[in-house]
Amino acid sequence: MTTTALNEVFSLKNMSVEYGKNLAVAGVNLPIYQNEITALIGPSGCGKSTVLRSLNRMNDLIPGAKVSGEVLYHGQDMYGPDVDPVQVRKLVGMVFQKPNPFPKSIYDNIAFGPQTLGMKGNMDEIVESALRSASLWDDVKDRLKDNAFGMSGGQQQRLCIARAIAVKPDVILMDEPCSALDPISTFKIEDLMFELKKDYTIVIVTHNMQQAARVADRTAFFTVDTSRGEGSRVGTLVEHDVTDVMFSSPSDQRTLDYVTGKFG
Amino acid sequence: MANKIPRRAANAASTAAAVTRTIYKGANNKAEIQGIAFRLVLLSALSISLVMIAAIVAWALVEGGERVNIGLFTNNPSSFRPETAGYRPAILGTIQLILGVIAIIVPLGISAATFLELFADRTKWYNRIIELNIQNLAGVPSIVFGILGLAFIVRGIFDLGFVVAAGSATVAILVLPTVILASREAIRAVPSSLLDGALALGATRWQSVWKMVLPSAAPGMLTGVILAVARAIGEAAPLLLVGAATFVTFDPDFWNDSYSALPVMIYNYAGRPQEEFHTLAAAGILVMLVVLFFINSIAVWLRARYERTW
Repeated sequence: MTTTALNEVFSLKNMSVEYGKNLAVAGVNLPIYQNEITALIGPSGCGKSTVLRSLNRMNDLIPGAKVSGEVLYHGQDMYGPDVDPVQVRKLVGMVFQKPNPFPKSIYDNIAFGPQTLGMKGNMDEIVESALRSASLWDDVKDRLKDNAFGMSGGQQQRLCIARAIAVKPDVILMDEPCSALDPISTFKIEDLMFELKKDYTIVIVTHNMQQAARVADRTAFFTVDTSRGEGSRVGTLVEHDVTDVMFSSPSDQRTLDYVTGKFG
Repeated sequence: MANKIPRRAANAASTAAAVTRTIYKGANNKAEIQGIAFRLVLLSALSISLVMIAAIVAWALVEGGERVNIGLFTNNPSSFRPETAGYRPAILGTIQLILGVIAIIVPLGISAATFLELFADRTKWYNRIIELNIQNLAGVPSIVFGILGLAFIVRGIFDLGFVVAAGSATVAILVLPTVILASREAIRAVPSSLLDGALALGATRWQSVWKMVLPSAAPGMLTGVILAVARAIGEAAPLLLVGAATFVTFDPDFWNDSYSALPVMIYNYAGRPQEEFHTLAAAGILVMLVVLFFINSIAVWLRARYERTW
């Protein structure tokens, strides 16, 4: 365990998310620390993706979505009345489950963000540095003008990571980034995450417990709470701790059952 | 000797034979006949429509083929010299009309579709009513739009008079629902992950739509516009109401003077008693068919060229 004081990037306090009348996830208290990888794990429908998407206000795009409780970002209320979600998303980037490169060249995929945000600097350098950070430069330096759809799935996902890095975010959210990839591509991306956490804070949602065990400094376990009445399925945070503890001696029986494969 | 085969084994063998028999052709005659009948119905439906198209083209070729020459395009109409009369004002009128239609439907149609698909809150009742009405408008007979154009564009609010501009506006309103529906389809075909990806980089909704979604939807939208134009070229009924004169011997001016259009001119020639004018009408139909075929081919080519699987 680290002994230095950890810097809290996000602090969720009794946070709940509703979609219309349906409570999706309730009562989440979770700190997320700087330059660490935090994994959110749990069975389907436990609200881990919902929590992730509330960290860069992507949930705002879903009609009827409502976040209550507090989401503090470096101590500031991220859902305060004068917060611009667009500015939030500049600082908190996101990589999606399925690689979603733009239908453009590899170069333009990276350049889109910096250009749109009006970032200063030499675009060639920005593109090269982003591709290098995503360990993609050597693969694609000779075909920057080629369409991004010609890349393999793993390369496409690393391109999406490079694209997120190019706008110089503070945090990178990853929503099951490897679920559509083969084991070798998965390994490359996990390797990349270790590099990236030196500069960024990473929050990853994963279905794959081994992945969480491999990459995450801290792990938060969510599950579905059916105790609120007939047919209700509300996501809830069971516990969170340093990953080693979560996988060896969690304090909650449900966590132990999940990480040892008894359910989920 | 046959009794030596145990009963159970014999049963099993006969069951197996019954099962395997069904895998051979001809085992299920009824289903096979149904399949053939079904295919025949489909083929005859297809051939009827093909024969009809072929008949029209053949008739126009036989009747008007001899009259297709440069003079057909460059000469003014004449009421007493059918052998040298041409379609010049009508062709120019149709070209101006169509350019006017495009100038109206492209910005209006694409904006309306973009708003409905990407910005309108579909849970609100008034947006649902708008959607429903656009779909209904696409099925309204064209003559109704002619009356609308006469009341509000030629006279009434806009008071443009019987000019090409009024014809353009009327036909544009007529084909606008088609353009909006096609553009919405095109936008819907763009996966939301593209929009999400742009938004997640900190682009505004407007930037994401303008730079990412609309360019990806452009080929589909263009196809819709081209098909709408093809329909607009053939429209005669609303034009008769908003003042496309059947007989004009001077070149049209977009904002002033009366004008004619190809289908209207053809209608005029076809209605005359002399045989030579009927030949002229057939030649005009050939010209229109060639233009329509060309435009539709562009639409098909565009669709095939830019079709993308995500």
